[in-house]
Amino acid sequence: MIHFTLNGEEIGTDAPPDRRVIDLLREDLGLTGAKESCGAGDCGACTILVDGESRLSCLMLAAQLEDREITTIEGLANGEELHPIQEAFVQHGAIQCGFCIPGMALASVDLLNRNPSPTRTDIRHGLAGNLCRCTGYRKIVDAVEAAARLRENE
Amino acid sequence: MQELWDILEREPKAAIYAGGTDLLVKLRGGLLDPPALVCLERVEALRGIRDHGEEIFIGAATSHRRILEHPAIGEHFPVLAKAIAVLGSPPIRHMGTIGGNIVTASPAGDTLPPLYVLDAEVEVASPAGTRSVPVCDFILGPGSVNLEQGEVLAGVRLRKAPVWQIHHYEKVGRRKAQACSVASLAALLALSESGTVKRARLAWGSVGPTVVTSGEIEEALIGKPLTRKAFEQAAVMARRAVSPIDDIRAGADYRRHVAGALLFRLTV
Repeated sequence: MIHFTLNGEEIGTDAPPDRRVIDLLREDLGLTGAKESCGAGDCGACTILVDGESRLSCLMLAAQLEDREITTIEGLANGEELHPIQEAFVQHGAIQCGFCIPGMALASVDLLNRNPSPTRTDIRHGLAGNLCRCTGYRKIVDAVEAAARLRENE
Repeated sequence: MQELWDILEREPKAAIYAGGTDLLVKLRGGLLDPPALVCLERVEALRGIRDHGEEIFIGAATSHRRILEHPAIGEHFPVLAKAIAVLGSPPIRHMGTIGGNIVTASPAGDTLPPLYVLDAEVEVASPAGTRSVPVCDFILGPGSVNLEQGEVLAGVRLRKAPVWQIHHYEKVGRRKAQACSVASLAALLALSESGTVKRARLAWGSVGPTVVTSGEIEEALIGKPLTRKAFEQAAVMARRAVSPIDDIRAGADYRRHVAGALLFRLTV
């Protein structure tokens, strides 16, 4: 059994130790927020937080989850209350098809944890691991910038 | 480490990884089919950065992010910090390790030209003990390193040498992040009081099967001012010294040209 904390809840899984975390999340646990696009670490659609740090679940194996705190997009909101990042994405029209958004949102959370006052250039660098085919990134950067400002004013 | 040796004795053909940003991609691509996988990400003995005064030891399983965040690296080895800052992307830097970058030994490995100009030594561990090898002797060819079965890269040793005034790294690629470079240059320059080159260390990436260095080019720069004209000869020599290939990212001619042009970035 592999034991870890998932979105605040302690769970155990019987998954084979070499099962990819992206598959474990989507197929075994029904958490389809994390997406697989490239499967090779280039697109960021599979991004999750591991002990608060953004990681690519398509390049992690189940055994690596042991004792870790995992956050998926499903764990970002507080019940019905959206996380400030999610709220900012909605307010600024940063979401089109939505496919990149779970990874993009979690990468943004990671970015603001590391750099609470990023410039727009910092934001672009901080989200360099997440590709979006729809938006051209402009409104995503707007959203993260706004969320950072909001956080600063709290 | 004993646990690791026991595992490797039981599974001598296991594939070893730490971050998995190279190995797990190859696995998925069907390029490898190992009977077992060993992950080093939590082996404490292989992680961390230790400042021993005259030298710094970086554990092989230390993530690029941790290396970048460590103040001593930016202070003493800015050329390495500059390279890691443009390696991959944030999540890749959170997972990938310097040991992995070395052992993968891609001709385009971003940490490699800096490690060469810093005269880095790698430490190889086995149940029998450790051995030290200069990084230029450790990397034998694309994807090939001087590691016997049962051995593991334990870390990298960097000697502090406060003689350089210019610490330069540039990678040229098809995009600004997640780019496998088509040509790169790490350069350390020590300048005389009049601003001419007193000493140089140069290393080119992605323009040969392994990192390209040239004592001849380094010597050719001595006494030269940092002007484009003065560096012309060295650029010509650089184009002759490299052996790039054509691939989907760039042609050999372009890479050859850029290898020379990168030297001009050191001039004013």
